[in-house]
Amino acid sequence: MEIKKGVAVSPGISIAKSLVIDSEDYRIPRRSIEPSQRIIEIQRVRNAFQDAADELEKLKASKKGIGEQEIKDIFAVHLRFLHDRSLRKKITNFIHAELVTAEYAVSATLREIALHLTKVRDAYISERAADIYDIERRLLKNLLGRKKADVGHLTEEVVIVARELSPTQTAGFNKDFIKGLATDAGGRTSHTAIVARSLGIPAVVALEDLTESINAGDLVIIDGNRGIVIVNPDEETIHQYEKYSHEFLELGHKLDAIKEKPAVTRDGIKITLLGNIEFPDEAELALQKGGEGIGLYRTEFLYLNNPNEPSEADHYRAYAEAISILKDRPVIIRTMDLGADKYTQSRRFVPEPNPFLGLRSIRFCLQNLTIFKIQLHAILRASVLGNVKVMFPLITNIQELMQTNMIFRDVMEDLDEEDTPYNGKIQAGIMIETPSAALMASTLARNSDFFSIGTNDLTQYTLAVDRGNELVSTMYSSVDPAVLRLIRTVIQDAHKSGIDISICGEMASEPEHIMLLLGMGIRTLSLAPPMIPEIKQIVRSVTIEECNSIARKILTMNSERQISGFLRDATRRILPEAF
Amino acid sequence: MDGRSQNNTDRQGRHRQKMACEREVQIRNAEGLHMRPAMQFVDVANRFESEISVSSGDNSVDGKSIMQMSMLAATCGTKLKIKADGTDAQQAVEALRELVEDRHFDEPLPDKKRY
Repeated sequence: MEIKKGVAVSPGISIAKSLVIDSEDYRIPRRSIEPSQRIIEIQRVRNAFQDAADELEKLKASKKGIGEQEIKDIFAVHLRFLHDRSLRKKITNFIHAELVTAEYAVSATLREIALHLTKVRDAYISERAADIYDIERRLLKNLLGRKKADVGHLTEEVVIVARELSPTQTAGFNKDFIKGLATDAGGRTSHTAIVARSLGIPAVVALEDLTESINAGDLVIIDGNRGIVIVNPDEETIHQYEKYSHEFLELGHKLDAIKEKPAVTRDGIKITLLGNIEFPDEAELALQKGGEGIGLYRTEFLYLNNPNEPSEADHYRAYAEAISILKDRPVIIRTMDLGADKYTQSRRFVPEPNPFLGLRSIRFCLQNLTIFKIQLHAILRASVLGNVKVMFPLITNIQELMQTNMIFRDVMEDLDEEDTPYNGKIQAGIMIETPSAALMASTLARNSDFFSIGTNDLTQYTLAVDRGNELVSTMYSSVDPAVLRLIRTVIQDAHKSGIDISICGEMASEPEHIMLLLGMGIRTLSLAPPMIPEIKQIVRSVTIEECNSIARKILTMNSERQISGFLRDATRRILPEAF
Repeated sequence: MDGRSQNNTDRQGRHRQKMACEREVQIRNAEGLHMRPAMQFVDVANRFESEISVSSGDNSVDGKSIMQMSMLAATCGTKLKIKADGTDAQQAVEALRELVEDRHFDEPLPDKKRY
């Protein structure tokens, strides 16, 4: 039994076998296998060699041009390695003798060869180690690629253990069988956390070296309430956790009971609670949990889920599905917000050196108008089916917003010409998630029907902290006074201009931050559906009077530590059972 | 076991003469036995039925395996002992010698100034 401490990012408890997803970009940890598995792992090595060789043959055949001889030579060398029986034998013997996984045997063997070469005192030969690493990656990609594909075809309940999870990986998850997530990297607002909360499964991140101390199939407990992961728990621990899990579900049912009750403060102010969703069918969950609509419908899954560009019909189908569940309740569809990930990077010859400050989100759309217009066309077409609004992410300045609005109008004209009906009065709003947009909110408000503050990116860009980097993630806080001042500016400017303002970042699902947000003037929150009952309970337990006085005090404070301490105490006084 | 195991008997069942042949060669091209030359070497070696081993000092490897050949990491000037064992041992050693010394892997020789 091994107990690991991380950061709890999605509540709940799950006990299941682990499915470990390694990445070819990181060192493969040594993992043991049972003697009976040897034959399977050896076969996997053979298949990987065969598939990698086939892949290379194809690549080689595609390089026909003159001047590509050098590339062809490199491929030819790699092919000799993939057909080298003594190399394969070295790897399979290693599996046989040491009882390790195919991934580890491949990686360890090839790295040993590479290391040997780097030690040669001849620059030209030692540089050839790069070829060996290339071959290693090619083989690992084949070994791991098959495993990733398996995640989509699960037949038993598992918890996923990985170094980190990318949107591409989570988009392929089969939600019926994945019961929890645990990752080495990440923070409260990492992609893993967001996905886990929207699926309503427990997750713990920032476990540092969990993947090193786990073998595929080990029984794992993920305690998403306390941020603990237990590998191979003993009988007594399992028993204890089954009891916790039961109690936690009970509490959940108790909270669910308030879903029929309105989200109104004790002094009678109505607060609108909406759901953030990733997939169309999650609209159902949002309603079940008491959401009054969808405040953020992320559309990235359309791009990540399938190998080809989504068609207009694919978009339309996904929107129509969510709208059919919501009927006439509002749904805010956010246009594609990709970037700094495989989808946009794979289109580039050279990866961007600083992708978070690069061509992402609306910037990518404005440079790829065909892709953007397909999505806008589908949103407009779906707008007659219900109460649809459109929202543009990562707007940085007024020109960008005007250009976006102009393209939106262009697409409307296209629909006019096609005689396709759409809602001509559809509201178009923007996300405020860059410091520049927050500072220029009064100007942007004149060209926008509503604002929604994306606190995750706003915090990251204001504080210049990567929320996924565990070395600095403690500096990341949405209640940092700098961030709060920007949020206050945006709220005031929206009120002055008479446009709607809501919060759709993770901050809206933090129990400790709710009173502050209400006190600053927020009346609409959009959050992960599983968190709605808990937040509603807070809303129903406070008065706006109390919230205002808390916000006033907080806005005079200059240190994040002081602010978060104050908020914790205030929430504890009002809602002792939440802690 | 595999296709290149020794075959001392031909199809008609006649016993063919098995012989061993050995020769020392020196790497002459400037960049030494890096990946592409290693590939050329094993490609030539694999044309022969004989077992071929290559040694540099105490280190002896299979001349038909690119992994093992590249692990030799023989730089310019390194002396290698090529040993063939089989019916076509002599031809094999001669072909490999020609590749290493006469053709020096179709690569440039070192600059005179280089030392």
